[in-house]
Amino acid sequence: MDYSQFLSMQQEVSLLAVILLVFLADLFTCGRLERGEACALSEANGSTCGCRFRTFFPMVLLVLHTVLNLLPWCCEGCAQVCSGKEAFGGMYQSTPMMTIVKSVLNVGTVVVFLMAGNWLKRAENRIKENEFHLLVLFTLLGMYFMISSGHFLMFFIGLELASIPMTALVAYDKQRYESAEAGAKYILMALFSSALLLYGLSLIYGAAGTLYFDALPEKVSFSWLTVLGMLLFISGMGFKISLVPFHLWTADTYEGAPTVVTGYLSVISKGAAAFVLFTVLVKIFGAVDFVGVWNEAFFWLIIASITIANLFAIRQKNLKRFMAFSAISQAGYLVLGVMDGTAQGMTALVFYLLVYMAANLGAFAVMNVVEQNCGKIGLDDYDGLYQTNPKLAFLMTLCLFSLAGIPPFAGFFSKFFIFMAAFNAGHHLLVFIALVNTVISLYYYLLIVKAMYIKKSDAPIAAFRSDCGTRLALLICLAGVILFGLAGCIYSYIDSFSYGLK
Amino acid sequence: MIQLEYVLIISAVMMFAGVYGFLTRRSTLAILLSIELMLNSTDINFAVFNRMLHPEGHEGYFFALFSIAISAAESAVAIAIMINIYRMLKNISVDKLEKMKW
Repeated sequence: MDYSQFLSMQQEVSLLAVILLVFLADLFTCGRLERGEACALSEANGSTCGCRFRTFFPMVLLVLHTVLNLLPWCCEGCAQVCSGKEAFGGMYQSTPMMTIVKSVLNVGTVVVFLMAGNWLKRAENRIKENEFHLLVLFTLLGMYFMISSGHFLMFFIGLELASIPMTALVAYDKQRYESAEAGAKYILMALFSSALLLYGLSLIYGAAGTLYFDALPEKVSFSWLTVLGMLLFISGMGFKISLVPFHLWTADTYEGAPTVVTGYLSVISKGAAAFVLFTVLVKIFGAVDFVGVWNEAFFWLIIASITIANLFAIRQKNLKRFMAFSAISQAGYLVLGVMDGTAQGMTALVFYLLVYMAANLGAFAVMNVVEQNCGKIGLDDYDGLYQTNPKLAFLMTLCLFSLAGIPPFAGFFSKFFIFMAAFNAGHHLLVFIALVNTVISLYYYLLIVKAMYIKKSDAPIAAFRSDCGTRLALLICLAGVILFGLAGCIYSYIDSFSYGLK
Repeated sequence: MIQLEYVLIISAVMMFAGVYGFLTRRSTLAILLSIELMLNSTDINFAVFNRMLHPEGHEGYFFALFSIAISAAESAVAIAIMINIYRMLKNISVDKLEKMKW
């Protein structure tokens, strides 16, 4: 066996090294059984060194990993690297675009870790602090493999590696009933969807006789068997992205999961799944007959997702549940980039993911810090937030404006690009319906802004100082929300690596 | 020799019995069993397609092996969560998992 193949999967190897180091560090720091108490004691004595180390070590390693792998190493002379590389007989494939998506996921995970610091310091989470870091990193590794897969087996293993630890994360608050219920709903739906997806894959295997992405396009012919396989595949991925007929788990899971995990779930895992859906469909089902079928399917899925999620979002009283429906409708916009599988669509999808990550994680960071400080998550609890915590209210407003797509912010540009991609592909009616829905979404995002700025409350959330981690996370998100839209070079940089059917 | 169609019919019946069970059963353990039925039907599919249609490679067998291992891991996590719920509610019927809805 040629071990140098491992070098071509540098990001996976680097992340694996991070995971191993975090794991070993967890073994050797605060080695006593009652680690939680040990930390509390040492903190009381003023010597917090070991416990600080436990929080910052995974953080630092992940930042290092992110910076090292930020951009695809692509020079003039090495055209082979630029066009993509393969390892293990085509099982693993990587293109510069995949590197960019992985970097986006990395940055999102860094922000989630920053947000989580305060929550992990609570007494009940002390003992399982590093479990959180490890589980998050494992799901990230799963998404890497899913993104870079060159064979359906690799894809499936990546998918499950991303969703099994995710269940453990959703059910992370062991003593809280809602968390367990959310975990149960999530895993039952995840199992059901992966069973459907597997059945689809088995049909494709029966028709084509191989599952290598490179060999499949020639082998799959247009027949009811392969079309059924493809539709089952799409519905399985629809569960992961939470498009509308498959969205029933979303709101409950998002509400019950710890707020930090909800943020991670709504951005990172959804974004990875949407990108993989795009690449797999373009790579394998690129024939004209197939494109017609999946365009038709996505047409209805997108309309249903955007419209129904918007209507349900209006009547929500719990902010996390509200963000769940907002995330479903955002997923509809995200999948708009998949229509026709154009190169422009891929650029728009990745750019949308980047901007959505900044805005959504920013909103979740605010919600998380408010929940940590006073335990409130209802929409009515946010009445009068501007009087007590003006900075937080302002940041939340910026993030919500970006999510809604109001011009100076990045959200406007990302929505514009994704509409343009779908419009150029010739889906005028779909773009029109999506446009009408942005107005509805503006209404319910403004409901929160109204609660924070205009409504008066007898008992508003008391003023508090947020911790450094949350501030840093908010700073990153704020920079993203403002700069991603204004710096046009980011879009054109992504565009230079995109590929598609046309 | 058994014909391909017969085995495919068995796996399709298993699949849809699993879907039916998933939608109608009230106990979460019965739901897990239904899901196992669905996953196993896909394993049958992979093995049969490999044996009868594409005997030149072993992709289908390997896929079936991996999917058995992965579904076992998923069931383990699912049962762990069920046990956690049972500790709190003394019941694992899905009718009781209704604190969050709409």
